[in-house]
Amino acid sequence: MDYGLTGDSSPLISIYRRIPDVAMPPGRGFSFRDLYSYLSSEPEYGVSKNVEDKTVKLEDDLLTDPHSFPPTEMLSSVQNPRILLLQCRRHHHRHRLPLPPKPYLQTTISSSLHTSPPPASQIGTLRKSLLSREKTAVELAETYLTRIRLTEPQLKSFLHLSDNVLRDAGEIDRKIERNEEVGPLAGVFVGVKDNICTADMPSTAGSRILEGYRPPFDATAVRKLRESGAIVVGKTNLDEFGMGSTTEGSAYQVTANPWDLSRVPGGSSGGSAAAVSARQCVVSLGSDTGGSVRQPASFCGVVGLKPTYGRVSRFGLVAYASSLDVIGCFGSSVADTGTLLYAISGHDKLDATSSKREVPNFASAFITQDFSESKPLKGLRVGVIRETIDSGVDPEVISSIHGAASHLEELGCIVTEVSLPSFSLGLPAYYILASSESSSNLSRYDGIRYGNQAVSDELASLYGDSRAQGFGSEVKMRILMGTYALSAGYYDAYYKRAQQVRTLVQKSFKAALDENDILISPAAPSVAYKIGEKKNDPLAMYAGDIMTVNVNLAGLPALVLPCGFVEGGSAGLPVGFQMIGAAFDEEKLLKVGHIFEQTLQGCSFVPPLVADGFAC
Amino acid sequence: MALTFFRGIQTRPIWLYPSAFVATKHVFYCTMKSTQTQTLEKQQPELKASANTQSKTLDNILTDYEAIIGLETHVQLSTQTKAFCSCPYNYGSQPNATVCPICMGLPGALPVLNSKVIEHAVRLGLALNCKLSYNSKFDRKQYFYPDLPKGYQISQFDIPIATGGYVDLDLPVEFGGGHRRFGITRVHMEEDAGKLLHTGNGSYSQVDLNRAGVPLLEIVSEPDMRTGIEAAEYAAEVQRLVRYLGVSNGNMQEGSLRCDVNVSVRPIGQLEFGTKERLSCFHNLDEENVEIKNLNSFSAVQRSIDFEISRQVLLHSQGHGDQIVQETRLWEEGAQKTVTMRKKEGLADYRYFPEPDLPEVVLTKEYVDDVRSSLPELPEMKRRRYEKMGLSMQDILFLANDMNVADFFDTTIAKCADVKLAANWIMGDIAAYMKNEKLSINEIKLTPQELGELIASIKSGTISGKIGKEILFELMAKGGTVKGMIKEKDLVQAIIEINPVPVRKEEIVDPLEIGKLVDKVIAENPKQLEQYRGGKTKLQGYFAGQVMKESKGKANPGLLNKILVEKLNGKS
Ligand SMILES: [Zn+2]
Repeated sequence: MDYGLTGDSSPLISIYRRIPDVAMPPGRGFSFRDLYSYLSSEPEYGVSKNVEDKTVKLEDDLLTDPHSFPPTEMLSSVQNPRILLLQCRRHHHRHRLPLPPKPYLQTTISSSLHTSPPPASQIGTLRKSLLSREKTAVELAETYLTRIRLTEPQLKSFLHLSDNVLRDAGEIDRKIERNEEVGPLAGVFVGVKDNICTADMPSTAGSRILEGYRPPFDATAVRKLRESGAIVVGKTNLDEFGMGSTTEGSAYQVTANPWDLSRVPGGSSGGSAAAVSARQCVVSLGSDTGGSVRQPASFCGVVGLKPTYGRVSRFGLVAYASSLDVIGCFGSSVADTGTLLYAISGHDKLDATSSKREVPNFASAFITQDFSESKPLKGLRVGVIRETIDSGVDPEVISSIHGAASHLEELGCIVTEVSLPSFSLGLPAYYILASSESSSNLSRYDGIRYGNQAVSDELASLYGDSRAQGFGSEVKMRILMGTYALSAGYYDAYYKRAQQVRTLVQKSFKAALDENDILISPAAPSVAYKIGEKKNDPLAMYAGDIMTVNVNLAGLPALVLPCGFVEGGSAGLPVGFQMIGAAFDEEKLLKVGHIFEQTLQGCSFVPPLVADGFAC
Repeated sequence: MALTFFRGIQTRPIWLYPSAFVATKHVFYCTMKSTQTQTLEKQQPELKASANTQSKTLDNILTDYEAIIGLETHVQLSTQTKAFCSCPYNYGSQPNATVCPICMGLPGALPVLNSKVIEHAVRLGLALNCKLSYNSKFDRKQYFYPDLPKGYQISQFDIPIATGGYVDLDLPVEFGGGHRRFGITRVHMEEDAGKLLHTGNGSYSQVDLNRAGVPLLEIVSEPDMRTGIEAAEYAAEVQRLVRYLGVSNGNMQEGSLRCDVNVSVRPIGQLEFGTKERLSCFHNLDEENVEIKNLNSFSAVQRSIDFEISRQVLLHSQGHGDQIVQETRLWEEGAQKTVTMRKKEGLADYRYFPEPDLPEVVLTKEYVDDVRSSLPELPEMKRRRYEKMGLSMQDILFLANDMNVADFFDTTIAKCADVKLAANWIMGDIAAYMKNEKLSINEIKLTPQELGELIASIKSGTISGKIGKEILFELMAKGGTVKGMIKEKDLVQAIIEINPVPVRKEEIVDPLEIGKLVDKVIAENPKQLEQYRGGKTKLQGYFAGQVMKESKGKANPGLLNKILVEKLNGKS
């Protein structure tokens, strides 16, 4: 397989060196053999699929044999010996981070631009003005629609806009007039990623093959939003079927980053992130298979939440990789993000992988209090994942993470460094599993029942032409890779081995989260890059997912929130950091995130595009 | 919604056989008045004619070879809803009348397993004497075809729900009789595909997805059969089983029971070639092996195999063994022969992998025990019980073929002890009436209790056999009671005919003597008695067998059962 990649060094190595270079001889393309060489060993761990099952299994292991982990043996068999030496030396030595002197943030950006109060809950503000009848839902809707009209030509966040926004808003006003009860999200403008089905709007997943396709049903998450009174304002742009990190993979348009229109918003949920960042809507839904909510949240300076696998129903989410996909949330504050999550969470009888666990009301996490006097996070154990702040990551990004870590320390956290030795194995395993599942999930787009159908006299070419014309190149490449990985004779070497790595990653996280309440890392190795910069360099783009894919493999929840800026654009470019929690412990992430956000001084994450006109 | 996918598809190089089934009248297979032997005889001269250069007759050649035959049987489950969605399935509905986003494979739709499918699979697995997998899973089997909405079929690959069982059956007497045991390799759960509707002029096809997502159990047999009749009887036994178990209507014309047959031949004594393993759904179907499809009746199963054996043996004997290639052949009912449908060039790679949308299937011991205890008396148990009653194999096969007939018979003999008379009446006049009126035994007005009463009245001499027959027809048509009928028509006869069925020589008819035997057997089997009284009433058959053995086969079975039931239920 040759994807036309040339050059004398692999982007994977240059960006993130922890991946052994034996796999990537200079000048060669990205191949499965390369991926396989990471995995060429015999881990004796079984394959597990679902977070809840695994957790039980892991606990059992730990109970019966407290020495089954640390994974020294695993390391020696899985990793390149050169790396192993490094690991042995530092293995499990938890030590204090050499944190930079404070104030760190002010040294990187001009503080005057960003002095403002901490982000308030837009949902709360909006609800107050509606219920006090200070403003009507229609007036609020018009504010948003005006802003969309002004910003959309530059941003291109939306693929479709709803025709029913004012009608829906009027409905809410009538209810309020009649003193009827309105839902917790009444009048809240929500953007929905276009791979999430909506009955009243097209749902294309950013693909030509579903051009004009209108599903006959709402996704469960969308149905729950509507039941809560939310107004779906439109469908946001994405990389085709969620495969990509920039929205450049969309069959229709490229979304711009509101902080710098020449840069990508990240992806695949780039449209949803940009729309919230530019205040085109209050909150939005995205989907996260390998980081598609968290990376664009970081690039656009908004809060992004990837829930635990099984927390939110996937029914109505156009499948990319079923065992990794989750619907996630964007907001401009942690409180808004948590409120959105609460509205869409819970068991769904239409999704057999959705969890029956009770959903706590996250609202208690957002009670505003005076944080200045005490240490509100006293005793919270925070582990900084060493492998994520190593060489290969943008130094300015690392500085921001150090800044965030020191801020957490100020709030009372005990911050230490923790090693996840299987971390670098996650990326190739992720690409094998995601490609394999996508090759199967995308088989249904055959032009027979719906979507674009090529004109043909015979069946074979009807299939071939419909798919050749309907899918973009990135999608085709992943279908090919996945088909290859599942083929007879290759299955054990790729798919099965990747599942074994997945188990390793899960165990690795489990061990780290037994010793820490949360783990932190950057959300991406860099800030938003230029449109076109990595378009023809899939390896560089894949490498950008290194921070996030492991969390999907483990099925854990993670919250990304903005923590600082680096130079770039007219006002600097936002940097997000990622907090990873134990399965189904979104509540803790939201609580910590809320306190972090409310106490972070000197940063405002409203992009210059809307900063002047923003008042809501 | 249905309109969106009711598009025309141009399918010129269509390689799938037409899904419309040729309707063949079929009641049940192991009937005594079968015409199968004639067909066999008719077929052989034809083949001889086609090979008239051969000096040796085909019969002689055939004896030098043996056939290795295995079956893959698909059983459509009679659940209220489909396997992974809440659509019903009704055979013969308007195209695309029972579909939803899930079984249409729309983007974003997810499967949720119907738990009844598991229950049916466990029932059948237990009835086939299989080992159950307490932890199994679903896998995706991937291929493109317009009737397969998702581009993959949800099936089970490496961990089927049941493995390693067997079925026991008795061949009909006119085929030489004999008991056979055929191995079951595996039973797995999967979903059905839709159907292609071919238009009259053949220029395009349309897709009907009513059947898509309907649950199936695929039963793969060991290659244990050697003749067409063995294979057909195996299939008939599977049909009986699924009907007894209530997991399927087993109707071949509707496609609720579908058989694919694998046939190869080898010179007798040679072990190496032929279908060694029946693992065609695995990647390794690489042996020379002919599969026959489009078999809509048991007689088609039998005749197609016999044809195929002859064809292959002829080729071997003429030195053209290399012309027997791995292929799928189609049975042509009209021409009574198999023809090539498609050659298997290379192996289909279905790229199986675990279905990520469905959790693993975990069975608990309690669940399996519950299902086990709810199983009815199965055909083989019935046949052995009837055998112990002293019925002929011909009677046994007739009565046990249909669970309702067997129940009717059992209830009749509980009332009147004469099993042979009861069997004769049911197989004679009653069966003829049912056939003429096209009724099932549950649809006739005669109750088994009244049949017992009728037989008792004749035996006691209250009425004559001739009058009895008249009453029988009235009862079948109108219902009522024997006593009422006799009274109403004042039929108590002065003429008492000689009892048409004499009591067998040496038969023990003394209730006291039988009672003693029963007491002895019960005393010797305290454990079984405890189980029986704990609810395992199926053990009645066991006790009956023991008593019959004790009496050296001389006890009157009806009387035996009557006394046995009384004593088992603690009335003594
Ligand atoms: Zn359905």
